[in-house]
Amino acid sequence: MKHPLFSRFARISVIAGLALGGVGLLLFTLGISPVDIGVTLARGSILSLQKFGHVLTIWIPLLLCSCGLLFTFRAGLWNIGIEGQVVFGAIAATLLLREENLGLPAAATLILAHILSFIGGGLWAAFAGFLKNRGGVNEIFGGLGLNFVAQGLILWLILGPWKRAGVASMSGTEMFARELWLSTPPGWRLAPAALVIACIAFAATAVLLGATRFGLQIRATGINPTAARLFGIHPGRTGLLAMAIGGGLAGLAGGLQVSCVYHRLLPSISSGYGYLALLVVMLAHYRLRPVPAICLFFACLAAGSIQLPIVLKLDSSLAGVIQGACVVSALLVHGLQKRQRGEL
Amino acid sequence: MDPATFLAALVAMAAPLVLAALGETLTEKAGVVNLSLDGTILLGAMTGFVVASVTQSLLLGFLAAGLTGCLVAALVAVIGVWLGQSQVAVGFALTFLCRDLAYFLGNPYARQQGPQLATLPVPLLADLPFFGTVFFTHSFIVYLSFLATPCCIYFLYHTRHGLTLRAAGENPEGCWARGIDPNTVRFLATLAGGAMAGLAGAAFSLAVKPGWGHPQGCEGIGWIALALVIFGSWHPLRVAAGAYFFGLLQLLGIAFQDSFPGIPGQIFQVAPFPLMIFTLILIHLSRNTKNRYFAGFVRLFGSPPPRGLGRPYRRP
Repeated sequence: MKHPLFSRFARISVIAGLALGGVGLLLFTLGISPVDIGVTLARGSILSLQKFGHVLTIWIPLLLCSCGLLFTFRAGLWNIGIEGQVVFGAIAATLLLREENLGLPAAATLILAHILSFIGGGLWAAFAGFLKNRGGVNEIFGGLGLNFVAQGLILWLILGPWKRAGVASMSGTEMFARELWLSTPPGWRLAPAALVIACIAFAATAVLLGATRFGLQIRATGINPTAARLFGIHPGRTGLLAMAIGGGLAGLAGGLQVSCVYHRLLPSISSGYGYLALLVVMLAHYRLRPVPAICLFFACLAAGSIQLPIVLKLDSSLAGVIQGACVVSALLVHGLQKRQRGEL
Repeated sequence: MDPATFLAALVAMAAPLVLAALGETLTEKAGVVNLSLDGTILLGAMTGFVVASVTQSLLLGFLAAGLTGCLVAALVAVIGVWLGQSQVAVGFALTFLCRDLAYFLGNPYARQQGPQLATLPVPLLADLPFFGTVFFTHSFIVYLSFLATPCCIYFLYHTRHGLTLRAAGENPEGCWARGIDPNTVRFLATLAGGAMAGLAGAAFSLAVKPGWGHPQGCEGIGWIALALVIFGSWHPLRVAAGAYFFGLLQLLGIAFQDSFPGIPGQIFQVAPFPLMIFTLILIHLSRNTKNRYFAGFVRLFGSPPPRGLGRPYRRP
């Protein structure tokens, strides 16, 4: 009899071996040394404290988005609209941060801005949920559509009403006032407050989903909405709430990108972290515990790949290739196991 | 700009979109969502361009692109159809894998001069006034896009194989009961759709937006094609009409850029998505309404999705 820990370990090594082996083989046939790539990626991510700071600035939004996705996946919803929710959170935070004479102390403005970003992302997600409940629009297509609408909206804002004095440019809005930047100690790449927020969000997600009645309701909705109704759970409403919380966390990620990374609104403010978080949660097989580690792995790849064009004259998209290969091989392995168990 | 040139530009620009959207229609009619379209198109564009540059043969370029599309679709089908994993999940992961693979592998060929599809005016027909310019002075991929719509309609609604394909999407259990394995049908339909998406990619890099780069310029087209399939509610004619409508919006966006400097051109890129959502809502409401006129009106331009769409079929 196999020990469950062993079988899990075996599965992880098969997935990693398949993905990394495949990418390694590809690089080998192209005449590129996979070892060079590995060394460059590691040097650019974990082998220096300053670079590791950059890794963490990617890890924070990724973890927040992944937590949000855990809520929606548990409720059986495919929240592909997360990218738009990040964007909308960023817009909501900017709405407050760009006001010059608000008459509030800077700390209060910052706190309000982040609450607003949570609400903004949550509302955008709730809209997708509303379209699903009342309009019969599948959350995948609705969310995808709303992503592009949010992208159009942010472009319009940056090139239109919120344009920099004089010129409208794709480089974003005017920088915020200095006291409205989330404070970063000298020599650091990231604001400690953001790190704390991300960790709290993860803990709250774990507790809410794993140890509360609400978490159980969400799970029941996801597994069997018809049966959930018999227990007095309203699947539509529970799903909507899961969407709103998930979207709120994504919006918070967007708000943090604005307040502590870029200090202004950019057209590419989400950096694709919403979509990347979908890959993270899929690789985690929709479970909570592996998420922080996978986020860290993906963040290391993303940060390390910046060195590839500089050191090896290769395109930095190799990081995405490795991430995608991991997820596809995970799906393949899970499918094969399902077939082996005779569930097909 | 005179209307003939404008329309000629429109049909040329919409050609790859028509191919990709019709391919996805075939796939979805069989009950499979191939979400990897955006990545497939980019990977097809890269493969087509690189193979055509290296071999100096446009035909090989298009063939390689079609084959690449097939290969990606095969992955979607194996994992999503035969191994019973979520089709959306595997399609989504492949979208990003293919996109980044295209950028990575195509990097050495970026911003290079490459072969480009020449126009092949149809003898005699090209000399027709107005229609000659609009329809008969294009490259072969545009002619292919003209042919694709009637061919799709004929195949889906007037052949036995088309009926089998629709059966696999509407009622896989019934299909199985009639002695046909719906999963095989779905597999083949996914391959065909993937090949068309790959061709659409090559149509970009070898004809519509010649060349390769990071970005290439066809990013996002796959998502638009996916939206158009829904906007056209799974009928090839409406899907193709949607593709031309989108081409029109894009051209108008370029034309209006000077007259309305306040509206950025990107807004027109976004237009298909609210329209898609609106169509879905209308179809949903028409199904639950008691108002017969409203339901009849919606049925004119919309129909419900294939009933087995996205649902894996498990053999009894």
